[in-house]
Amino acid sequence: MFDRRITIFTGHFGSGKTEVSVNYALQTAERGKKTAIVDLDIVNPFFRTADVRNMLEDKGIKVVTPVYANTNVDVPSLPAEINTMFEDRSYSVVLDVGGDDLGARAVSRYKEQIAGEDHIHYFVVNTRRPMTRTPEEIERMIWEIQTTAGIDVDMLVNNANLLGSTTPELLGEASSILHKVSEKLSIPIGFISGMQEVLFEYSGDPDIERLYMIKNIRLPWEEK
Amino acid sequence: MGEKILMKGNEVIAEAALRAGCRHYFGYPITPQTEVAHYFAKKMPEYGGTFIQAESEIAAMNMVYGAASAGARVMTSSSSPGISLKQEAISYAACAELPAVIVNIVRAGPGLGGILASQCDYFQSTKGGGHGDYRMVVLAPSSVQELYELVVDAFNIADRYRTLCMIMGDGMLGQMMEGVEFSDQEEIFKADKGWAVTGTGMTRENNMITSIYIDPEILEKHNLKLQAKYREITENETRVETYNCDGADIIVAAYGTVARIIKNVIKTAEKEGIKVGLIRPITLWPFPTATFEKYAEVPKAFLSVEMSAGQMVEDVRLSLNGKSPVHFLGRMGGMIPTQKEILEKIREILK
Repeated sequence: MFDRRITIFTGHFGSGKTEVSVNYALQTAERGKKTAIVDLDIVNPFFRTADVRNMLEDKGIKVVTPVYANTNVDVPSLPAEINTMFEDRSYSVVLDVGGDDLGARAVSRYKEQIAGEDHIHYFVVNTRRPMTRTPEEIERMIWEIQTTAGIDVDMLVNNANLLGSTTPELLGEASSILHKVSEKLSIPIGFISGMQEVLFEYSGDPDIERLYMIKNIRLPWEEK
Repeated sequence: MGEKILMKGNEVIAEAALRAGCRHYFGYPITPQTEVAHYFAKKMPEYGGTFIQAESEIAAMNMVYGAASAGARVMTSSSSPGISLKQEAISYAACAELPAVIVNIVRAGPGLGGILASQCDYFQSTKGGGHGDYRMVVLAPSSVQELYELVVDAFNIADRYRTLCMIMGDGMLGQMMEGVEFSDQEEIFKADKGWAVTGTGMTRENNMITSIYIDPEILEKHNLKLQAKYREITENETRVETYNCDGADIIVAAYGTVARIIKNVIKTAEKEGIKVGLIRPITLWPFPTATFEKYAEVPKAFLSVEMSAGQMVEDVRLSLNGKSPVHFLGRMGGMIPTQKEILEKIREILK
Protein backbone atom coordinates (compact mmCIF):
# COMPACT_ATOMS: atom_id res chain seq x y z
CA MET A 1 0.00 0.00 0.00
CA PHE A 2 0.85 3.68 -0.49
CA ASP A 3 3.80 2.96 -2.81
CA ARG A 4 2.36 3.52 -6.28
CA ARG A 5 2.48 6.74 -8.26
CA ILE A 6 -1.19 6.45 -9.20
CA THR A 7 -3.82 4.62 -7.14
CA ILE A 8 -7.25 4.15 -8.68
CA PHE A 9 -10.37 3.26 -6.69
CA THR A 10 -13.47 1.98 -8.50
CA GLY A 11 -16.48 -0.02 -7.39
CA HIS A 12 -20.25 -0.32 -7.28
CA PHE A 13 -21.67 3.04 -6.48
CA GLY A 14 -22.11 3.33 -2.77
CA SER A 15 -19.34 0.81 -2.10
CA GLY A 16 -17.56 3.40 0.03
CA LYS A 17 -14.90 4.40 -2.50
CA THR A 18 -14.86 8.02 -1.39
CA GLU A 19 -14.35 7.21 2.29
CA VAL A 20 -11.60 4.73 1.33
CA SER A 21 -9.98 7.19 -1.11
CA VAL A 22 -9.97 10.02 1.42
CA ASN A 23 -8.46 7.88 4.16
CA TYR A 24 -5.93 6.38 1.74
CA ALA A 25 -4.87 9.86 0.64
CA LEU A 26 -4.57 11.05 4.26
CA GLN A 27 -2.36 8.11 5.16
CA THR A 28 -0.27 8.56 2.01
CA ALA A 29 0.35 12.17 3.06
CA GLU A 30 1.18 11.07 6.62
CA ARG A 31 4.04 9.06 5.10
CA GLY A 32 5.55 12.35 3.92
CA LYS A 33 4.54 11.96 0.31
CA LYS A 34 3.35 14.88 -1.81
CA THR A 35 -0.22 13.74 -2.29
CA ALA A 36 -3.11 14.67 -4.55
CA ILE A 37 -6.66 13.33 -4.59
CA VAL A 38 -8.73 13.61 -7.75
CA ASP A 39 -12.52 13.44 -7.47
CA LEU A 40 -13.46 11.78 -10.74
CA ASP A 41 -16.96 11.07 -9.48
CA ILE A 42 -19.21 12.74 -12.01
CA VAL A 43 -22.11 10.37 -11.22
CA ASN A 44 -22.98 11.29 -7.69
CA PRO A 45 -23.38 15.01 -7.00
CA PHE A 46 -23.86 14.70 -3.23
CA PHE A 47 -21.44 13.55 -0.54
CA ARG A 48 -18.19 13.72 -2.51
CA THR A 49 -14.58 14.42 -1.68
CA ALA A 50 -15.45 18.08 -2.39
CA ASP A 51 -17.31 17.92 0.93
CA VAL A 52 -14.10 17.37 2.85
CA ARG A 53 -11.97 19.57 0.67
CA ASN A 54 -10.94 21.99 3.41
CA MET A 55 -9.86 19.25 5.79
CA LEU A 56 -7.71 17.63 3.09
CA GLU A 57 -6.14 20.93 2.04
CA ASP A 58 -5.28 21.70 5.66
CA LYS A 59 -3.23 18.50 5.65
CA GLY A 60 -1.37 19.65 2.54
CA ILE A 61 -3.23 17.38 0.12
CA LYS A 62 -3.98 18.82 -3.30
CA VAL A 63 -7.68 18.37 -4.17
CA VAL A 64 -8.85 18.32 -7.78
CA THR A 65 -12.64 18.19 -8.32
CA PRO A 66 -15.00 18.33 -11.29
CA VAL A 67 -15.87 21.88 -12.28
CA TYR A 68 -19.52 21.67 -11.18
CA ALA A 69 -18.44 21.37 -7.58
CA ASN A 70 -17.84 25.11 -7.70
CA THR A 71 -20.85 26.15 -9.74
CA ASN A 72 -23.57 23.87 -8.32
CA VAL A 73 -24.85 23.16 -11.82
CA ASP A 74 -25.33 19.47 -12.41
CA VAL A 75 -23.45 19.37 -15.70
CA PRO A 76 -20.04 18.21 -14.56
CA SER A 77 -16.90 18.60 -16.62
CA LEU A 78 -13.40 17.33 -16.00
CA PRO A 79 -10.90 20.15 -15.40
CA ALA A 80 -7.71 20.35 -17.45
CA GLU A 81 -5.88 20.36 -14.12
CA ILE A 82 -6.33 16.58 -13.96
CA ASN A 83 -3.80 16.23 -16.78
CA THR A 84 -1.11 17.90 -14.69
CA MET A 85 -1.47 15.02 -12.23
CA PHE A 86 -0.16 12.69 -14.91
CA GLU A 87 2.58 15.12 -16.04
CA ASP A 88 3.94 16.10 -12.61
CA ARG A 89 5.59 12.94 -11.31
CA SER A 90 6.38 14.46 -7.91
CA TYR A 91 2.81 13.67 -6.82
CA SER A 92 1.34 10.46 -5.42
CA VAL A 93 -2.13 10.58 -6.93
CA VAL A 94 -5.33 8.97 -5.61
CA LEU A 95 -8.17 8.74 -8.14
CA ASP A 96 -11.66 8.49 -6.62
CA VAL A 97 -13.71 7.22 -9.56
CA GLY A 98 -17.53 7.35 -9.73
CA GLY A 99 -19.66 4.27 -9.25
CA ASP A 100 -20.44 1.43 -11.63
CA ASP A 101 -19.56 1.32 -15.32
CA LEU A 102 -21.12 4.77 -15.75
CA GLY A 103 -18.62 6.34 -13.35
CA ALA A 104 -15.74 4.32 -14.77
CA ARG A 105 -16.30 5.94 -18.15
CA ALA A 106 -14.75 9.17 -16.82
CA VAL A 107 -11.45 7.48 -15.93
CA SER A 108 -11.24 5.71 -19.32
CA ARG A 109 -10.50 9.17 -20.77
CA TYR A 110 -7.07 8.86 -19.09
CA LYS A 111 -6.38 5.17 -19.67
CA GLU A 112 -3.38 5.72 -21.98
CA GLN A 113 -1.75 8.15 -19.54
CA ILE A 114 -2.38 5.76 -16.63
CA ALA A 115 -1.02 2.77 -18.55
CA GLY A 116 2.32 4.58 -18.93
CA GLU A 117 2.62 5.25 -15.17
CA ASP A 118 3.32 3.10 -12.13
CA HIS A 119 -0.27 2.45 -11.05
CA ILE A 120 -2.61 0.13 -9.16
CA HIS A 121 -6.35 -0.31 -9.64
CA TYR A 122 -8.29 -1.30 -6.52
CA PHE A 123 -11.88 -2.54 -6.80
CA VAL A 124 -13.76 -1.62 -3.60
CA VAL A 125 -16.50 -4.02 -2.50
CA ASN A 126 -19.21 -3.69 0.12
CA THR A 127 -20.98 -7.06 0.14
CA ARG A 128 -24.02 -5.45 1.83
CA ARG A 129 -24.80 -3.38 -1.24
CA PRO A 130 -27.64 -4.66 -3.44
CA MET A 131 -25.69 -5.41 -6.65
CA THR A 132 -22.49 -6.83 -5.13
CA ARG A 133 -23.76 -9.38 -2.60
CA THR A 134 -22.70 -12.66 -4.21
CA PRO A 135 -19.46 -13.76 -5.96
CA GLU A 136 -21.39 -13.85 -9.26
CA GLU A 137 -22.68 -10.29 -8.86
CA ILE A 138 -19.22 -9.02 -7.87
CA GLU A 139 -17.64 -10.73 -10.86
CA ARG A 140 -20.17 -9.11 -13.18
CA MET A 141 -19.54 -5.67 -11.66
CA ILE A 142 -15.75 -6.07 -12.03
CA TRP A 143 -16.20 -7.08 -15.63
CA GLU A 144 -18.48 -4.11 -16.39
CA ILE A 145 -16.17 -1.61 -14.74
CA GLN A 146 -12.86 -2.77 -16.11
CA THR A 147 -14.30 -3.09 -19.60
CA THR A 148 -15.61 0.48 -19.47
CA ALA A 149 -12.54 1.91 -17.73
CA GLY A 150 -10.11 0.13 -20.03
CA ILE A 151 -7.93 -0.50 -16.97
CA ASP A 152 -7.71 -3.98 -15.44
CA VAL A 153 -8.51 -4.44 -11.77
CA ASP A 154 -5.33 -5.40 -9.85
CA MET A 155 -6.66 -5.96 -6.35
CA LEU A 156 -9.89 -6.23 -4.35
CA VAL A 157 -10.69 -4.19 -1.25
CA ASN A 158 -12.96 -5.63 1.45
CA ASN A 159 -14.95 -2.58 2.55
CA ALA A 160 -17.99 -4.42 3.93
CA ASN A 161 -20.05 -2.06 6.03
CA LEU A 162 -23.47 -1.05 7.28
CA LEU A 163 -22.19 2.38 8.32
CA GLY A 164 -22.53 2.67 12.13
CA SER A 165 -23.90 -0.85 12.48
CA THR A 166 -20.82 -2.58 11.04
CA THR A 167 -19.52 -5.53 13.03
CA PRO A 168 -16.31 -7.62 12.83
CA GLU A 169 -18.56 -10.59 11.89
CA LEU A 170 -19.68 -8.67 8.80
CA LEU A 171 -16.05 -8.31 7.66
CA GLY A 172 -15.65 -12.06 8.13
CA GLU A 173 -18.78 -12.80 6.11
CA ALA A 174 -17.49 -10.54 3.31
CA SER A 175 -14.06 -12.11 3.48
CA SER A 176 -15.35 -15.56 2.56
CA ILE A 177 -17.30 -14.09 -0.38
CA LEU A 178 -14.24 -12.14 -1.61
CA HIS A 179 -11.91 -15.13 -1.29
CA LYS A 180 -14.17 -16.99 -3.72
CA VAL A 181 -14.00 -14.10 -6.21
CA SER A 182 -10.26 -13.79 -5.70
CA GLU A 183 -9.67 -17.48 -6.38
CA LYS A 184 -11.85 -17.59 -9.46
CA LEU A 185 -10.50 -14.43 -11.10
CA SER A 186 -6.93 -14.64 -9.73
CA ILE A 187 -7.23 -11.13 -8.32
CA PRO A 188 -5.71 -10.87 -4.83
CA ILE A 189 -7.36 -9.06 -1.91
CA GLY A 190 -5.27 -5.90 -1.51
CA PHE A 191 -6.50 -4.77 1.88
CA ILE A 192 -9.40 -4.68 4.32
CA SER A 193 -10.78 -1.27 5.18
CA GLY A 194 -13.03 -0.29 8.04
CA MET A 195 -13.61 2.28 10.72
CA GLN A 196 -10.77 1.77 13.16
CA GLU A 197 -12.97 0.83 16.12
CA VAL A 198 -14.51 -2.07 14.14
CA LEU A 199 -11.38 -3.16 12.29
CA PHE A 200 -9.37 -3.47 15.55
CA GLU A 201 -11.91 -6.06 16.67
CA TYR A 202 -11.59 -8.17 13.51
CA SER A 203 -9.21 -11.10 14.00
CA GLY A 204 -9.60 -12.79 10.60
CA ASP A 205 -7.31 -12.53 7.56
CA PRO A 206 -4.06 -11.94 9.52
CA ASP A 207 -2.02 -11.98 6.30
CA ILE A 208 -3.96 -9.21 4.58
CA GLU A 209 -3.08 -5.52 4.96
CA ARG A 210 -5.54 -3.12 6.62
CA LEU A 211 -6.64 0.46 6.17
CA TYR A 212 -7.86 1.82 9.50
CA MET A 213 -10.27 4.61 8.65
CA ILE A 214 -11.73 7.59 10.48
CA LYS A 215 -15.10 9.06 9.55
CA ASN A 216 -14.85 12.27 7.54
CA ILE A 217 -18.35 12.78 6.18
CA ARG A 218 -21.22 13.57 8.55
CA LEU A 219 -24.94 14.16 8.09
CA PRO A 220 -26.78 17.16 9.56
CA TRP A 221 -28.25 15.09 12.41
CA GLU A 222 -24.88 13.56 13.23
CA GLU A 223 -23.19 16.92 13.89
CA LYS A 224 -22.45 17.74 17.46
CA MET B 1 -37.25 -10.05 7.75
CA GLY B 2 -34.11 -10.54 5.70
CA GLU B 3 -30.63 -9.27 6.52
CA LYS B 4 -29.80 -5.61 6.59
CA ILE B 5 -28.24 -4.11 3.47
CA LEU B 6 -26.94 -0.66 2.71
CA MET B 7 -28.91 1.29 0.14
CA LYS B 8 -29.41 4.76 -1.19
CA GLY B 9 -32.84 6.32 -0.77
CA ASN B 10 -33.32 6.47 -4.52
CA GLU B 11 -32.42 2.80 -4.97
CA VAL B 12 -34.85 1.86 -2.23
CA ILE B 13 -37.67 3.69 -4.02
CA ALA B 14 -37.18 1.47 -7.07
CA GLU B 15 -36.62 -1.72 -5.06
CA ALA B 16 -39.73 -1.07 -2.94
CA ALA B 17 -41.81 -0.44 -6.06
CA LEU B 18 -40.66 -3.75 -7.58
CA ARG B 19 -41.54 -5.51 -4.33
CA ALA B 20 -44.97 -3.85 -4.37
CA GLY B 21 -45.64 -5.34 -7.79
CA CYS B 22 -44.86 -2.29 -9.92
CA ARG B 23 -43.74 -3.56 -13.32
CA HIS B 24 -43.95 -0.34 -15.30
CA TYR B 25 -41.78 2.73 -14.84
CA PHE B 26 -41.67 5.77 -17.05
CA GLY B 27 -39.32 8.64 -16.28
CA TYR B 28 -36.75 11.12 -17.40
CA PRO B 29 -33.44 11.67 -15.62
CA ILE B 30 -32.93 14.65 -13.30
CA THR B 31 -30.64 15.14 -10.31
CA PRO B 32 -31.06 14.29 -7.43
CA GLN B 33 -33.33 11.29 -8.22
CA THR B 34 -31.71 9.74 -11.30
CA GLU B 35 -30.69 6.60 -9.40
CA VAL B 36 -34.37 5.64 -9.31
CA ALA B 37 -34.34 5.29 -13.08
CA HIS B 38 -30.84 3.79 -13.02
CA TYR B 39 -31.94 1.03 -10.65
CA PHE B 40 -35.11 0.28 -12.62
CA ALA B 41 -33.11 0.17 -15.87
CA LYS B 42 -30.84 -2.50 -14.40
CA LYS B 43 -33.50 -4.51 -12.59
CA MET B 44 -36.72 -4.26 -14.63
CA PRO B 45 -35.57 -6.70 -17.36
CA GLU B 46 -35.17 -9.42 -14.69
CA TYR B 47 -38.86 -8.97 -13.83
CA GLY B 48 -40.06 -8.82 -17.42
CA GLY B 49 -41.45 -5.34 -16.82
CA THR B 50 -41.31 -2.09 -18.74
CA PHE B 51 -38.66 0.58 -18.24
CA ILE B 52 -38.89 3.55 -20.56
CA GLN B 53 -36.76 6.66 -20.51
CA ALA B 54 -39.38 8.87 -22.09
CA GLU B 55 -38.63 11.84 -24.34
CA SER B 56 -39.77 14.21 -21.60
CA GLU B 57 -41.41 14.35 -18.18
CA ILE B 58 -44.69 15.25 -19.86
CA ALA B 59 -44.55 12.10 -21.96
CA ALA B 60 -43.59 9.97 -18.95
CA MET B 61 -46.62 11.11 -16.93
CA ASN B 62 -48.93 10.48 -19.88
CA MET B 63 -47.46 6.97 -20.18
CA VAL B 64 -48.34 6.52 -16.51
CA TYR B 65 -51.89 7.58 -17.38
CA GLY B 66 -51.99 4.87 -20.04
CA ALA B 67 -50.57 2.05 -17.93
CA ALA B 68 -52.81 2.96 -14.96
CA SER B 69 -55.84 2.97 -17.27
CA ALA B 70 -55.01 -0.62 -18.11
CA GLY B 71 -54.97 -1.45 -14.38
CA ALA B 72 -51.22 -1.87 -13.97
CA ARG B 73 -49.19 -0.78 -10.95
CA VAL B 74 -47.11 2.05 -12.35
CA MET B 75 -44.68 4.71 -11.17
CA THR B 76 -42.89 7.81 -12.35
CA SER B 77 -40.29 9.85 -10.52
CA SER B 78 -38.65 13.21 -10.98
CA SER B 79 -37.42 16.27 -9.15
CA SER B 80 -39.07 19.67 -8.82
CA PRO B 81 -38.87 21.20 -12.35
CA GLY B 82 -39.71 17.79 -13.80
CA ILE B 83 -42.74 17.48 -11.50
CA SER B 84 -43.90 20.91 -12.72
CA LEU B 85 -43.89 19.53 -16.26
CA LYS B 86 -46.04 16.57 -15.24
CA GLN B 87 -48.82 18.69 -13.72
CA GLU B 88 -51.26 18.72 -16.64
CA ALA B 89 -51.27 14.92 -16.83
CA ILE B 90 -51.46 14.69 -13.03
CA SER B 91 -54.67 16.72 -13.06
CA TYR B 92 -56.07 14.53 -15.87
CA ALA B 93 -55.17 11.35 -13.97
CA ALA B 94 -56.74 12.73 -10.78
CA CYS B 95 -59.98 13.44 -12.65
CA ALA B 96 -59.93 10.00 -14.29
CA GLU B 97 -59.32 8.48 -10.82
CA LEU B 98 -56.22 6.60 -11.87
CA PRO B 99 -54.10 4.87 -9.23
CA ALA B 100 -50.41 5.61 -9.65
CA VAL B 101 -47.36 6.58 -7.61
CA ILE B 102 -45.37 9.74 -8.31
CA VAL B 103 -42.06 10.41 -6.60
CA ASN B 104 -40.70 13.92 -6.11
CA ILE B 105 -37.16 14.16 -4.75
CA VAL B 106 -37.34 17.88 -4.25
CA ARG B 107 -34.52 20.23 -5.20
CA ALA B 108 -34.17 23.89 -4.37
CA GLY B 109 -36.19 26.30 -6.50
CA PRO B 110 -37.76 28.29 -7.93
CA GLY B 111 -36.87 27.79 -11.58
CA LEU B 112 -34.09 25.39 -12.46
CA GLY B 113 -32.80 26.22 -8.99
CA GLY B 114 -30.12 24.01 -7.46
CA ILE B 115 -29.68 20.31 -6.88
CA LEU B 116 -29.44 20.36 -3.10
CA ALA B 117 -32.02 19.38 -0.49
CA SER B 118 -35.18 21.45 -0.13
CA GLN B 119 -38.84 21.21 0.88
CA CYS B 120 -40.01 24.09 -1.29
CA ASP B 121 -42.57 21.96 -3.19
CA TYR B 122 -44.93 21.50 -0.24
CA PHE B 123 -47.53 23.88 -1.72
CA GLN B 124 -47.24 22.27 -5.16
CA SER B 125 -47.74 18.77 -3.75
CA THR B 126 -50.47 19.38 -1.18
CA LYS B 127 -52.50 22.21 -2.68
CA GLY B 128 -52.72 20.90 -6.23
CA GLY B 129 -49.83 21.73 -8.56
CA GLY B 130 -52.15 21.11 -11.45
CA HIS B 131 -55.54 22.67 -12.15
CA GLY B 132 -58.91 21.81 -10.70
CA ASP B 133 -60.34 20.65 -7.38
CA TYR B 134 -58.23 17.58 -6.84
CA ARG B 135 -56.07 16.16 -4.08
CA MET B 136 -53.45 13.47 -3.92
CA VAL B 137 -52.03 11.64 -0.95
CA VAL B 138 -48.55 12.99 -0.14
CA LEU B 139 -46.25 10.83 1.99
CA ALA B 140 -43.07 12.30 3.51
CA PRO B 141 -40.60 9.69 4.79
CA SER B 142 -37.72 10.71 7.04
CA SER B 143 -35.44 7.66 6.76
CA VAL B 144 -34.47 5.17 4.10
CA GLN B 145 -36.27 2.38 5.99
CA GLU B 146 -39.46 4.45 6.16
CA LEU B 147 -39.07 5.36 2.51
CA TYR B 148 -39.25 1.66 1.65
CA GLU B 149 -42.36 1.10 3.78
CA LEU B 150 -44.18 4.17 2.48
CA VAL B 151 -43.51 3.37 -1.18
CA VAL B 152 -45.18 -0.02 -0.67
CA ASP B 153 -48.04 1.69 1.20
CA ALA B 154 -48.37 4.28 -1.56
CA PHE B 155 -49.17 1.58 -4.12
CA ASN B 156 -51.76 0.07 -1.78
CA ILE B 157 -53.39 3.42 -1.01
CA ALA B 158 -53.43 4.29 -4.73
CA ASP B 159 -55.23 1.03 -5.60
CA ARG B 160 -57.57 1.11 -2.61
CA TYR B 161 -58.97 4.55 -3.42
CA ARG B 162 -58.19 4.86 -7.14
CA THR B 163 -56.05 7.87 -6.38
CA LEU B 164 -52.65 9.35 -7.10
CA CYS B 165 -50.11 9.01 -4.34
CA MET B 166 -46.96 11.08 -4.09
CA ILE B 167 -43.77 10.30 -2.22
CA MET B 168 -42.10 13.58 -1.34
CA GLY B 169 -38.50 13.50 -0.19
CA ASP B 170 -35.47 15.73 -0.58
CA GLY B 171 -32.05 15.33 -2.15
CA MET B 172 -30.60 14.25 1.16
CA LEU B 173 -33.05 11.37 1.56
CA GLY B 174 -32.65 10.34 -2.08
CA GLN B 175 -28.87 10.39 -1.98
CA MET B 176 -27.97 9.13 1.45
CA MET B 177 -27.21 5.54 2.35
CA GLU B 178 -28.72 3.77 5.30
CA GLY B 179 -29.22 0.21 6.38
CA VAL B 180 -32.56 -1.17 5.25
CA GLU B 181 -34.30 -4.43 6.03
CA PHE B 182 -36.88 -5.77 3.62
CA SER B 183 -39.83 -7.99 4.54
CA ASP B 184 -39.87 -11.52 3.16
CA GLN B 185 -43.17 -10.70 1.54
CA GLU B 186 -45.01 -7.44 1.03
CA GLU B 187 -48.64 -6.99 1.96
CA ILE B 188 -50.27 -6.14 -1.32
CA PHE B 189 -53.82 -4.82 -1.49
CA LYS B 190 -55.55 -6.67 -4.31
CA ALA B 191 -57.98 -4.26 -5.89
CA ASP B 192 -60.82 -5.28 -8.14
CA LYS B 193 -59.99 -3.28 -11.24
CA GLY B 194 -63.17 -4.01 -13.14
CA TRP B 195 -63.02 -0.41 -14.36
CA ALA B 196 -59.73 -0.86 -16.26
CA VAL B 197 -59.50 -0.80 -20.03
CA THR B 198 -58.12 -4.23 -20.70
CA GLY B 199 -60.19 -5.33 -23.69
CA THR B 200 -63.78 -6.58 -23.53
CA GLY B 201 -63.16 -9.91 -25.24
CA MET B 202 -66.62 -9.21 -26.72
CA THR B 203 -68.07 -10.37 -23.40
CA ARG B 204 -68.96 -7.06 -21.72
CA GLU B 205 -69.68 -3.39 -22.37
CA ASN B 206 -66.53 -1.33 -22.91
CA ASN B 207 -65.02 0.61 -20.02
CA MET B 208 -64.19 4.26 -20.43
CA ILE B 209 -61.39 6.24 -18.77
CA THR B 210 -61.80 9.96 -19.29
CA SER B 211 -61.21 13.36 -17.77
CA ILE B 212 -63.62 15.30 -19.93
CA TYR B 213 -67.18 15.98 -18.76
CA ILE B 214 -68.82 18.64 -20.93
CA ASP B 215 -72.20 18.53 -19.19
CA PRO B 216 -71.99 20.78 -16.06
CA GLU B 217 -74.43 18.71 -13.98
CA ILE B 218 -72.41 15.58 -14.63
CA LEU B 219 -69.09 17.32 -13.96
CA GLU B 220 -70.36 18.70 -10.66
CA LYS B 221 -71.58 15.23 -9.70
CA HIS B 222 -68.18 13.81 -10.57
CA ASN B 223 -66.49 16.50 -8.45
CA LEU B 224 -68.77 15.67 -5.51
CA LYS B 225 -67.77 12.04 -5.84
CA LEU B 226 -64.09 13.02 -5.80
CA GLN B 227 -64.59 15.21 -2.73
CA ALA B 228 -66.36 12.37 -0.89
CA LYS B 229 -63.41 10.14 -1.66
CA TYR B 230 -60.96 12.77 -0.35
CA ARG B 231 -62.95 12.93 2.90
CA GLU B 232 -62.75 9.15 3.20
CA ILE B 233 -58.98 9.25 2.64
CA THR B 234 -58.64 12.00 5.25
CA GLU B 235 -60.51 9.87 7.76
CA ASN B 236 -58.61 6.64 7.11
CA GLU B 237 -55.13 7.51 5.92
CA THR B 238 -53.87 10.50 7.93
CA ARG B 239 -50.53 9.58 9.45
CA VAL B 240 -48.40 11.41 11.98
CA GLU B 241 -45.66 10.76 14.51
CA THR B 242 -45.71 12.60 17.82
CA TYR B 243 -42.67 12.61 20.06
CA ASN B 244 -42.14 14.09 23.51
CA CYS B 245 -45.27 16.30 23.21
CA ASP B 246 -46.93 15.77 26.62
CA GLY B 247 -46.04 18.68 28.85
CA ALA B 248 -43.75 20.22 26.21
CA ASP B 249 -42.64 23.86 26.55
CA ILE B 250 -42.63 24.19 22.79
CA ILE B 251 -43.74 21.85 19.99
CA VAL B 252 -41.83 21.81 16.74
CA ALA B 253 -43.58 20.82 13.52
CA ALA B 254 -41.19 19.30 11.00
CA TYR B 255 -41.33 16.57 8.37
CA GLY B 256 -38.91 14.43 6.38
CA THR B 257 -35.18 14.77 7.06
CA VAL B 258 -35.68 17.99 9.05
CA ALA B 259 -37.56 16.01 11.73
CA ARG B 260 -34.39 13.98 12.32
CA ILE B 261 -32.44 17.13 13.06
CA ILE B 262 -35.18 18.11 15.53
CA LYS B 263 -34.83 14.81 17.40
CA ASN B 264 -31.22 15.69 18.20
CA VAL B 265 -32.26 19.23 19.18
CA ILE B 266 -34.70 17.64 21.64
CA LYS B 267 -31.82 15.84 23.37
CA THR B 268 -29.65 18.95 23.59
CA ALA B 269 -32.55 21.13 24.79
CA GLU B 270 -33.37 18.60 27.51
CA LYS B 271 -29.94 19.23 29.05
CA GLU B 272 -30.88 22.91 29.36
CA GLY B 273 -34.19 21.99 30.98
CA ILE B 274 -36.29 22.85 27.92
CA LYS B 275 -38.84 20.24 26.90
CA VAL B 276 -39.26 20.25 23.13
CA GLY B 277 -41.97 18.14 21.47
CA LEU B 278 -42.17 17.10 17.85
CA ILE B 279 -45.17 16.62 15.59
CA ARG B 280 -44.01 15.01 12.38
CA PRO B 281 -46.67 14.82 9.68
CA ILE B 282 -46.08 11.64 7.66
CA THR B 283 -48.97 12.45 5.33
CA LEU B 284 -48.62 16.08 4.25
CA TRP B 285 -52.01 15.64 2.62
CA PRO B 286 -54.19 14.68 4.41
CA PHE B 287 -52.63 16.99 7.02
CA PRO B 288 -52.81 15.72 10.64
CA THR B 289 -54.99 18.63 11.78
CA ALA B 290 -56.52 16.65 14.66
CA THR B 291 -53.10 16.03 16.23
CA PHE B 292 -52.32 19.76 16.25
CA GLU B 293 -55.77 20.43 17.75
CA LYS B 294 -55.09 17.85 20.45
CA TYR B 295 -51.84 19.52 21.55
CA ALA B 296 -52.93 23.11 20.76
CA GLU B 297 -52.94 24.29 24.35
CA VAL B 298 -50.06 22.20 25.71
CA PRO B 299 -46.95 24.27 24.86
CA LYS B 300 -46.28 28.02 25.14
CA ALA B 301 -45.76 28.13 21.36
CA PHE B 302 -45.35 26.11 18.19
CA LEU B 303 -42.42 26.37 15.78
CA SER B 304 -42.45 25.08 12.21
CA VAL B 305 -38.98 24.26 10.86
CA GLU B 306 -38.74 23.75 7.12
CA MET B 307 -36.37 23.91 4.19
CA SER B 308 -38.64 26.49 2.57
CA ALA B 309 -39.77 30.10 2.96
CA GLY B 310 -42.68 28.92 5.11
CA GLN B 311 -45.19 26.57 3.49
CA MET B 312 -46.31 23.88 5.94
CA VAL B 313 -46.45 26.61 8.62
CA GLU B 314 -49.69 27.81 6.96
CA ASP B 315 -51.35 24.43 7.62
CA VAL B 316 -50.00 24.46 11.19
CA ARG B 317 -51.65 27.89 11.70
CA LEU B 318 -54.92 26.73 10.12
CA SER B 319 -54.95 23.64 12.32
CA LEU B 320 -54.27 25.57 15.53
CA ASN B 321 -56.77 28.23 14.52
CA GLY B 322 -55.30 30.95 16.73
CA LYS B 323 -55.12 28.83 19.89
CA SER B 324 -51.34 29.13 20.15
CA PRO B 325 -48.65 31.39 18.67
CA VAL B 326 -46.88 29.83 15.68
CA HIS B 327 -43.29 30.71 14.81
CA PHE B 328 -41.25 29.81 11.78
CA LEU B 329 -37.64 28.97 10.98
CA GLY B 330 -36.68 28.16 7.42
CA ARG B 331 -33.63 27.84 5.20
CA MET B 332 -33.73 27.94 1.42
CA GLY B 333 -31.65 27.30 -1.66
CA GLY B 334 -30.32 23.94 -0.47
CA MET B 335 -29.21 25.19 2.95
CA ILE B 336 -30.12 22.91 5.85
CA PRO B 337 -31.20 24.27 9.26
CA THR B 338 -28.51 23.44 11.83
CA GLN B 339 -29.19 22.11 15.31
CA LYS B 340 -27.53 25.21 16.70
CA GLU B 341 -29.75 27.75 14.95
CA ILE B 342 -32.91 25.79 15.79
CA LEU B 343 -31.96 25.70 19.46
CA GLU B 344 -31.21 29.43 19.43
CA LYS B 345 -34.62 30.10 17.91
CA ILE B 346 -36.30 27.98 20.59
CA ARG B 347 -34.46 29.87 23.37
CA GLU B 348 -35.46 33.19 21.79
CA ILE B 349 -39.17 32.18 21.56
CA LEU B 350 -39.29 30.96 25.16
CA LYS B 351 -37.47 33.99 26.57
